[in-house]
Amino acid sequence: MDYKKYLNSSIQSVSPSGIRKFFDIANEMDNVISLSIGEPDFQTPWHIRDEGIHSLIKGKTWYSPNRGFSDLLKEVTSYYERRFSLTYSPNEQALVTVGGSEAIDLAFRTLIEPGDEVIIPQPSFVCYEPLTTMADGKPVIINTKNEDKFRLKAEDLQAAITPKTKLLVLPYPNNPTGAIMERDDLEQIAKIVIENDLLVLSDEIYSELTYGGRNHVSIASIDGMYERTVVINGFSKSYAMTGWRLGYALGPAPIIDQMTKLHQYGIMSSPTTAQYAAIEALKNGDRDVKKMRNEYDMRRRLVVDSFNDMGLSCFEPLGAFYVFPCIKSTGLSSEEFCTRLIMEKQVAVVPGNAFGKCGEGFVRVSYSYSLNHLKTALGRIRDFIKELEDGNKG
Amino acid sequence: MNKLLQLLSTNSQFSTAEISAMLGEPEDYIKAQIKEYENKGIIKGYQAVVNWDELEESYVEALIELKVAPKKETGFDEMAQMCMAFEEVESVYLMAGVYDFALIVRGETMQDIAMFVAKKLSTIDGVLSTGTHFIMRRYKDRGMILTDPESQADERSLIL
Repeated sequence: MDYKKYLNSSIQSVSPSGIRKFFDIANEMDNVISLSIGEPDFQTPWHIRDEGIHSLIKGKTWYSPNRGFSDLLKEVTSYYERRFSLTYSPNEQALVTVGGSEAIDLAFRTLIEPGDEVIIPQPSFVCYEPLTTMADGKPVIINTKNEDKFRLKAEDLQAAITPKTKLLVLPYPNNPTGAIMERDDLEQIAKIVIENDLLVLSDEIYSELTYGGRNHVSIASIDGMYERTVVINGFSKSYAMTGWRLGYALGPAPIIDQMTKLHQYGIMSSPTTAQYAAIEALKNGDRDVKKMRNEYDMRRRLVVDSFNDMGLSCFEPLGAFYVFPCIKSTGLSSEEFCTRLIMEKQVAVVPGNAFGKCGEGFVRVSYSYSLNHLKTALGRIRDFIKELEDGNKG
Repeated sequence: MNKLLQLLSTNSQFSTAEISAMLGEPEDYIKAQIKEYENKGIIKGYQAVVNWDELEESYVEALIELKVAPKKETGFDEMAQMCMAFEEVESVYLMAGVYDFALIVRGETMQDIAMFVAKKLSTIDGVLSTGTHFIMRRYKDRGMILTDPESQADERSLIL
């Protein structure tokens, strides 16, 4: 059978994730030291796991309400109030989803009409473009730049807007660059968004991982933006709960209502056990978050310092757990660099162009690894760079 | 908590350059701090965490509970001094609870430790009773997991 003629053409037009290819190589080789994983190396803190287990012991094995347990919705909204000074009604403006990713998908499908343009700053997480396509939207890419510390610049946003623009995706703190947006940056973006009557999807999944004393600022807290913003967040990165698959969306009630409908028919409700654990995370997890953030911060400094010392320029990332060094000085493309690094030194990092064409010339290095692991891997990368330089001279 | 000391207490093998990068402080400052901690006796030394169970050598450790009668003048200190003097004794802790001191004692065989307790510890003037608990297996020591290397393996999948 020729399945192509049966399969939906949009999904066929979506290319598979570029990160995969390197993972396949890494999986086949022995003795590979990976710096490529995009999830915390910490296990979920024990008291959180224990609550999940306890809920099972008590036999809490049924569906939750479609939106999520009301206790969890209350905890989520009070967390946003306490951390980011944003007030949402737990019963009307919040929805618990299967990871932040589901919430992103729901928001796109709820907001996009065929032909609507969705502005996506890149480099960024790989899901926005395909999910926009699948919602019949048209992705419009903005290339952010190293010299702007990979922040979204107001003039670039302005230039990308057309009469068809509906939605701006704001993926900060950013995977893969580690860039953040500070209040000043956001105010400039907000002005343009409001002038052009756009909506914003603010993916804040790394909101707890900002460094140098800078707290994450949500664009929803900028004047005039609350009613235009759907906030996406979740438990994966802040509480090291990736496998529990739990996220949420916060936003204007009419949008959340429609997203809830879609969630209700497509998913029914998010995992019950995970929700019990998540309630505990929000109630008693602040200390864990702080501890993990401090640990990430030390690693971040070590990794940035090492890359700069090796001669690979690396702007200081202030969020997430990635650094994004520029490898142009080696004369290799991102893919060549990564392929040779894994073949010659058995260290896996991800080519920057897997996160958008403008990521070419960069690689994503995850520091979600122990300090000892990082030390070993950085040592190998240093040798690799040295050999490249010697080779170029000779 | 003091970040420098915390870092050194998890791994004393980081170079001062690495520590300087991690903490965002100049290397000279880090060196001076470490020197100062060493001089003041805040950093007492640098030891390897050894998993003795993995070696062929015979090696036994026991936790000894000690109930004592405190001395009028010196309280518990004099008793602590006497316990510390034995080279078999690794650690001495004054405890709150049903007994007064906890000692970690090491020897080559259980017999060694039993004899040490019977002949040397329980005969000290002021020792009222002892309780000996042999350590059968060490799973975690000074924050490091000693057993089950599989639980240490990176099980994260490469996804997306």
